[in-house]
Amino acid sequence: MTPLLQVKGIEKRYGARIGCRDVSFDLYPGEVMGIVGESGSGKSTLLNCLVGHLEPDAGQVIFDTRADGPVDTVTMSEPDRRMLGRTDWAFVHQHARDGLRMSVSAGGNIGERLMAVGSRHYGQIRGQALDWLGRVEIAESRVDDRPSAFSGGMQQRLQIARNLVTGPRLVFMDEPTGGLDVSVQARLLDLLRGLVREMGLSAIIVTHDLAVVRLLADRLMVMKDGEVVEAGLTDQVLDDPQHAYTQLLVSSVLQV
Amino acid sequence: MNEYNFAYLDEQTKRMIRRAILKALAVPGYQVPFASREMPMPYGWGTGGVQVSAATLTPDDVFKVIDQGADDTTNAVSIRKFFEKTAGVATTEETGKATIIQTRHRIPEARLRADQILVYQVPIPEPLRFLEPRETETRKMHSLQEYGLMHVKLYEDISQHGAISTAYAYPVRVADRYVMDPSPIPKFDNPKLEMDAIQLFGAGREQRIYALPPHTRVVSLDFEDYPFEASKADHACNLCGAEDSYLDEVITDDAGNRMFVCSDTDYCRSRREAGHQGRLAQEGTA
Ligand SMILES: Nc1ncnc2c1ncn2[C@@H]1O[C@H](COP(=O)(O)OP(=O)(O)O)[C@@H](O)[C@H]1O
Ligand SMILES: [Mg+2]
Repeated sequence: MTPLLQVKGIEKRYGARIGCRDVSFDLYPGEVMGIVGESGSGKSTLLNCLVGHLEPDAGQVIFDTRADGPVDTVTMSEPDRRMLGRTDWAFVHQHARDGLRMSVSAGGNIGERLMAVGSRHYGQIRGQALDWLGRVEIAESRVDDRPSAFSGGMQQRLQIARNLVTGPRLVFMDEPTGGLDVSVQARLLDLLRGLVREMGLSAIIVTHDLAVVRLLADRLMVMKDGEVVEAGLTDQVLDDPQHAYTQLLVSSVLQV
Repeated sequence: MNEYNFAYLDEQTKRMIRRAILKALAVPGYQVPFASREMPMPYGWGTGGVQVSAATLTPDDVFKVIDQGADDTTNAVSIRKFFEKTAGVATTEETGKATIIQTRHRIPEARLRADQILVYQVPIPEPLRFLEPRETETRKMHSLQEYGLMHVKLYEDISQHGAISTAYAYPVRVADRYVMDPSPIPKFDNPKLEMDAIQLFGAGREQRIYALPPHTRVVSLDFEDYPFEASKADHACNLCGAEDSYLDEVITDDAGNRMFVCSDTDYCRSRREAGHQGRLAQEGTA
């Protein structure tokens, strides 16, 4: 089987400082990859290189496109990359307000990607918006409200709906539960797990929270100082960590 | 002669503006940046249109200015006087006699000809500004034809008002390429954007010029189930009886009585002169 995404030797420097270095992995269709590590370990840098928000200094990010098969998205033209960004790829920001249009209603937020790819039937767009509100457990009656009137957890669920409405094949998430209350986090995780299974989503999830990857990720990469120090099946890595740093991460979580 | 260069601007500035106009005509609907000059009037008064007119006028031109359809508002009168003084050109209120018409907020009702130029005063040239304030981003959206956001605005209209409530500056797609703000004309005027005359749009404060060459395809954006409608008040003009012209609603007394009159004063006058009469014609023309 062709991997959905092949990451090869990604490196990003900020001047002399290393953002991330020598990161390689394959992601297969339907797989969820977790990336963990403490703050400053290079998780966001890596994710932003993968999704094209940052240009890596070295490496390839090869995506199995529908039309042309595997293509290096780092060297692909910007219009093509932006098109991927509104069709087959989705990006869920840590702060919902970075991923939502705060001055546009919930329905308009969900409908934007549909309109971006050519939907021109109001009734159908609205129907899909209502359907997706339901799927992320937001009352349909809120469809015309702006997200600024929503709680943090609702905003994050709306951001997820807005991203998934076009049926992307690969979802990137940067700390999707960060900044939310613990009880709200649990509900969001539950929802995400349901959607991932139901839609057979492939995803790359960055988090510093091991509970998140335990629940969502099939595989895990542990990062430290910009490099991957350990990788493997989630349960294996968490239950039997090999690298001293991973052992430290796991034990500190156990103490919480 | 007077102490000004012809039409106020120096020749080098006019050449620079003409180059921008030619580029704008070559790429219909594309906003061409230009180095807007200080004009002896405030920005809200149509300095973009004035500069385009200045660069377009020749001594033989006959110049007309309309403001919301009327030739006699302070704004229209002062721009007309400005060019009478600085260019010495003939001016007129008759649409048919003018060769260059500078306008704010309306397209004349009378069909314009191929030997006429319509110059619009534009406050905000960027149709995407409403939802995307970043200029770098809107420029990219134009270059990549990422126009989904325009429909988000129309979606919001329908979800809030049950219909597309945008009544002015209704966005259009030009020649199947650029999305353009037609300036704050009523959407009733949108179908007239496909015309025989050249149309030039000047935004002074924003330093942009764009254009529609004659017979350019101009499509008003809409949804399949909420099609564009060039609506107007469902009345006839009370003075000239016209049923096909855009109407202003005028309160006539303290009791709240209203009348509907053509917003295009020249059109209304010429119809009355040809013998057409509306419901209140006697009082109106007395
Ligand atoms: N824009 C930037 N400029 C300079 N250094 C940066 C920038 N962004 C991140 N870094 C540095 O790169 C390293 C990795 O940061 P980041 O990718 O944000 O880590 P994480 O997401 O794991 O917290 C850190 O040392 C951070 O200080
Ligand atoms: Mg981070």
